[in-house]
Amino acid sequence: MSELKMKEYWRWPEYRKTLPDIDWHDAKTITAGVDIGSVGSKATIMVDGELYAYSAMRTGGVSEQTAIKTTEWALEGTGLDISQLHYVVGTGYGRVNVPFAKRTITEIACHARGAHYIYGPTVRTVLDIGGQDCKAIRCDERGKVVSFLMNDKCAAGTGRGLEVFADLVGVPIQELGKVSLSVEKEPPPVSNTCVIFAKAESLALLRQGWPNEKVAAAYHLAMAHRIIELLNRVGVEKDFVLTGGVAKNAGVVKRLERLLKITPLEPKLDPILAGAIGAGLFAKALREKELGLR
Amino acid sequence: MITAGIDVGARYAKVVLLDDGKVLAKGKGLVGFDVLKSASEVFENALKTSGLSRNDIRGFVATGMGRDAVHLKPPINAEQIVSVVVADAAGAFHVIPTVKTVIDVGSEEGRGIKVEEGKVRDFVINERCAAGAGTFIEAMARALEVRVEDMGPLALKATKAIPMNAQCCVFAESEVVTLIHSKVAKEDISKAIHDAMAGRIASMILRVGVEKDVVLIGGVALNPGFLPPLKKELRTDIIVPESPDFVGALGAALIASKHKE
Repeated sequence: MSELKMKEYWRWPEYRKTLPDIDWHDAKTITAGVDIGSVGSKATIMVDGELYAYSAMRTGGVSEQTAIKTTEWALEGTGLDISQLHYVVGTGYGRVNVPFAKRTITEIACHARGAHYIYGPTVRTVLDIGGQDCKAIRCDERGKVVSFLMNDKCAAGTGRGLEVFADLVGVPIQELGKVSLSVEKEPPPVSNTCVIFAKAESLALLRQGWPNEKVAAAYHLAMAHRIIELLNRVGVEKDFVLTGGVAKNAGVVKRLERLLKITPLEPKLDPILAGAIGAGLFAKALREKELGLR
Repeated sequence: MITAGIDVGARYAKVVLLDDGKVLAKGKGLVGFDVLKSASEVFENALKTSGLSRNDIRGFVATGMGRDAVHLKPPINAEQIVSVVVADAAGAFHVIPTVKTVIDVGSEEGRGIKVEEGKVRDFVINERCAAGAGTFIEAMARALEVRVEDMGPLALKATKAIPMNAQCCVFAESEVVTLIHSKVAKEDISKAIHDAMAGRIASMILRVGVEKDVVLIGGVALNPGFLPPLKKELRTDIIVPESPDFVGALGAALIASKHKE
């Protein structure tokens, strides 16, 4: 039976990491940000406002369990457990389902704050492309949100759309962007907006004999166009950065760069963590307030 | 005088052969990868049923999103093409002469048409989002593991009205899976699916306005689960004519005879 089972090309690998050179034993604040996304869940452990450990895994059917699992996994091997965390902030689509969180903060605020941490204070526009939504956020030099626009109604231009496409062409999701960039000449974009129609259109192109990489290029280009429509409505000011899972897809990033004529900053940390890092930093500020330090 | 109309849709091709307004034969078949070939098969089957040949047909009009594929191309050789809204208006006016509003829900498009004496006054189309077309019900049937033709009857047996939050076909699929996992009855899920789609079609139709008589046509009109929530959303009676999926092709055939006159 296992041979008959379809390969799950959409399934990205889960991971965790502890950063060296940080000791939590003398820390004033140990906080966590837990970002329960529609597709992926991320936990970050922040020691005095510096990233110490993190994990990223797929969101399961029960968000509460995912919240516990992903946080425990981030803490694995650190000698810490959830009860030792001074303050936890939940964010993301499932933020109300983090049982050990003292507060929840919207992912808009967290992504702006997290992008400020990852990319520095020059960030003015954050594009967060997650599993089921896409947000264009304008922020100031402190990482505070000035304005934002969001698409959470339609799968076009989100990670979920890419997952559907990865399954269609049979290319693992984490290689899809690279594959789409291997074409010599960029084909015209897929003309349909809707993922369902774009999938049918891509299938027709494959049947016409287009190679995988050419169809992938057409699909990624359409996705970039779609995202730019949203971006242009808030306006893009430099520095421009990307967060969320799709920030790791070079096929989308390179095309956005070309069409916008703006080079996004290179991430110093995994951009999928931005929401969770932002939440962890808000948790630090809230902990300091509790202690009367602010 | 014998005329023909063909409506080459996204999923099915429909053919109507007319003799002075009387239907001689009709046929319907799936549109495959080769649009001209599948449409021609449907046409030739209808010819066979009627005992006619292509030369007996004095006027041939094509409509539907695949109309260009059969325009001036043998064996169909449709000499004229018209848009779907025009064909729908003509066909609906012929079957229900009191019609003022036509709602046409096909597999990949939804349309609302304001009609006066069979002429188009205003119209609105959704061709960009699968959640407002028959494809939505098909995709949800797959998620529910139910045959698409069983979806409507299943919805009619529902005992509870539950809301669906997702607007997008892709997101709705995940929502249906979540509902299955939380042990919601398939009947109630199916009703939720139809309610959600009726809501979307209704909000589109309201942009052209609803004036009686309201006629529902297109393949989705064959689905009994779709009519009750649509009536409720639009707060009006809605007439579903006989063979609602052939109204566009009928309209095309009627336009063909008018042009020959």
